[in-house]
Amino acid sequence: MTWSWDVFINVIPIIFKGLWITVGLTIACYLFAMIFGFFWVFMSRIPWRPVNWLFRWIAEFIRSTPPLVQLFFIYYAWPAIPVIGVTLNPFVAAILGLGIHFSTYTSEVYRSGIESVDKGQWEASTALNLSTAQKWRHIILPQAIPPTIPMLGNYLIIMFKEVPLASTIGVVAMLHLANDYGAQYYKYVEPLTVVALFFLLLSYPSALLIGRLEKKYNRRFDKKTATL
Amino acid sequence: MAITEITLMLMRGIKVTLIVLVLSIILSSLIALIAGLSRVYHNKLLTGFTGFYVEIFRGTSLIVQLFWFSYALPGLFNIHLGSDIWVAVLAISLNYGAYMSEIVRGAILSVPQGQTEASIALNLTRFQRMRHIIVPQAIRMMLPEYGNYLIQILKATSLVSLIGLTDLLYYGNIYRSTHLTEAPTVYMIILLLYFLLALPLIGFTRKMEKVAKKGVVHG
Amino acid sequence: MEEPIVQYKNIRKSFGDVEVLKGINLDIMPGEKVALIGPSGSGKTTIIRLLMTLEQPTGGIIEVNGENLWLMQNKKNELVEADDKHLRKIRGDIGMVFQHFNLFPHMTILENCMLAPTIVKKKDKADVKKTALEMLDKVGLSDKVDLYPSQLSGGQKQRVAMARALMMRPKVMLFDEVTSALDPELVGEVLEVIRDLAKAGDMAMILVTHEMDFALDIADRVLFLNEGTIEEEGHPTEILVNPKSERLKDFLTRFTNSR
Repeated sequence: MTWSWDVFINVIPIIFKGLWITVGLTIACYLFAMIFGFFWVFMSRIPWRPVNWLFRWIAEFIRSTPPLVQLFFIYYAWPAIPVIGVTLNPFVAAILGLGIHFSTYTSEVYRSGIESVDKGQWEASTALNLSTAQKWRHIILPQAIPPTIPMLGNYLIIMFKEVPLASTIGVVAMLHLANDYGAQYYKYVEPLTVVALFFLLLSYPSALLIGRLEKKYNRRFDKKTATL
Repeated sequence: MAITEITLMLMRGIKVTLIVLVLSIILSSLIALIAGLSRVYHNKLLTGFTGFYVEIFRGTSLIVQLFWFSYALPGLFNIHLGSDIWVAVLAISLNYGAYMSEIVRGAILSVPQGQTEASIALNLTRFQRMRHIIVPQAIRMMLPEYGNYLIQILKATSLVSLIGLTDLLYYGNIYRSTHLTEAPTVYMIILLLYFLLALPLIGFTRKMEKVAKKGVVHG
Repeated sequence: MEEPIVQYKNIRKSFGDVEVLKGINLDIMPGEKVALIGPSGSGKTTIIRLLMTLEQPTGGIIEVNGENLWLMQNKKNELVEADDKHLRKIRGDIGMVFQHFNLFPHMTILENCMLAPTIVKKKDKADVKKTALEMLDKVGLSDKVDLYPSQLSGGQKQRVAMARALMMRPKVMLFDEVTSALDPELVGEVLEVIRDLAKAGDMAMILVTHEMDFALDIADRVLFLNEGTIEEEGHPTEILVNPKSERLKDFLTRFTNSR
């Protein structure tokens, strides 16, 4: 097997069709992860230890086991569970699987953002007699969210690179198209290279953008000075 | 009992999972250290080359790299690594080595300038400064993040079944294909086994977070 | 006549567009104690950082024992920029104590003191240890040798930093505002150590300091720096008790008032 530029040129439009599915699926999974992340934050703030503890370990469990196995669980095992089991189409399974997996990361980001708000801010809002909802809306969240933007951006890029996992349960996006092409013509390297190039083309500029965001927000929020 | 039967079946794959895990951790740590040091070294060629490597591997997806290596190495370059285990280890290590080199670089750059100045004032050579002052402090700072990456590597080892290695997940999939109704049990046991493997790494990470907070290991 | 150990010849230094030193000429004799005073931003710290090779001058020559610090002769007898080997040779005679201590946090007090003599001078470890213990005893820290820097007070850290620098037996010791980062009640113990060193004699010392009484007490000569030039210099009593220039008078009044 040798490298063929003809094959390379030929597969570009084929893979390109899958690019939109990959991007769309990334956004869907990411939105799900962003929203579901609040669920974990909420659960960890319930003032009852056992619930707290239980959800912290469930999140830890999901975070430290492979998303691929979780995808298989949702796609293959879920329908076999009595009563609650339903068969899901691959897209929905992917959104649920990757979305839930990454929600355990976004929740950590939210948590760190909330913790980064100075304790005095809570005390000051209590002193001004703000209600709990007012505290969150006017004082805490406006300070907690901006510093997390670069981190959340990073997770969007990471999500983008994890989405090809969905090809293993039959989502026909870039990687799947490349493997199909390979199986048909026994030409794998060119389509896979095209897939890699598309990933690079999208994720590298995004990473640069996020690096700039990071600098911007660090400048505004980093009050620490280095001394030893 | 189905559970015992499934567990016994899965045990046949745990060896491959562990081998890939251990080899990947060793190789990726080495790559990370070398690449991280090269990026702070004052040599444009070296810095440029490692920067290129890091961006390529961070910019593409591990699963794509894994397929690419498994087809391209034997086909394109006529490199036969003997077994697919090495293809998997190479792909995982190059990928995570790239990510982890960034924490090495970040940690080295975050050692306060005063440490460099004190080393100059004591007349240490550049190499001595790196070896005795900067790197030992940088390692301490990066250990928590390093622990997190070890967990990522563990999760990544599940991908090797996709290129035909007979790991934990591979045997799980085989069992599931013949016992469809037992799929929930199969995947739950697999997840639990991965979690068992992750627990020491989670413990390590938490401990290192405490160490890094203190800045210095006492005693 | 005795030769100066350090000579600054028309030294200039700019950071970007800002010229912080505008032609400094200064000779330091062996064993001489020189205090540098002046408002912040006057360039006094830069003067000693140049000698420690932490900064490179933009113009002029610094000589140590008559040897050019930043330039050297290559095999063809041409003057070229000094390489690391040349710098390290000259640097061997110079030591420095920093405002923020810069102790190595991952090493014990004893290890901090032993590192450079063992790996730079390649001395025998047992001998180095013996000297280090003596040195730490001299600065009053013999009971702390196995602690880490983070377990010490600021004053203790600074005394360790001095012991560490002394271990290299420098001929010229530079002190960069060594008491500025300390709590007021800890300043005394550090000054005490420096005073003892000054009395012991043979080592030249350049001190950047805000402690006027202390400068008066130990210095052979005081230099008043202002906006990158040496505005006035002389014997401590002359400078501190009978200042001539308006700016020095102004500086001294403001200084006494702020205390």
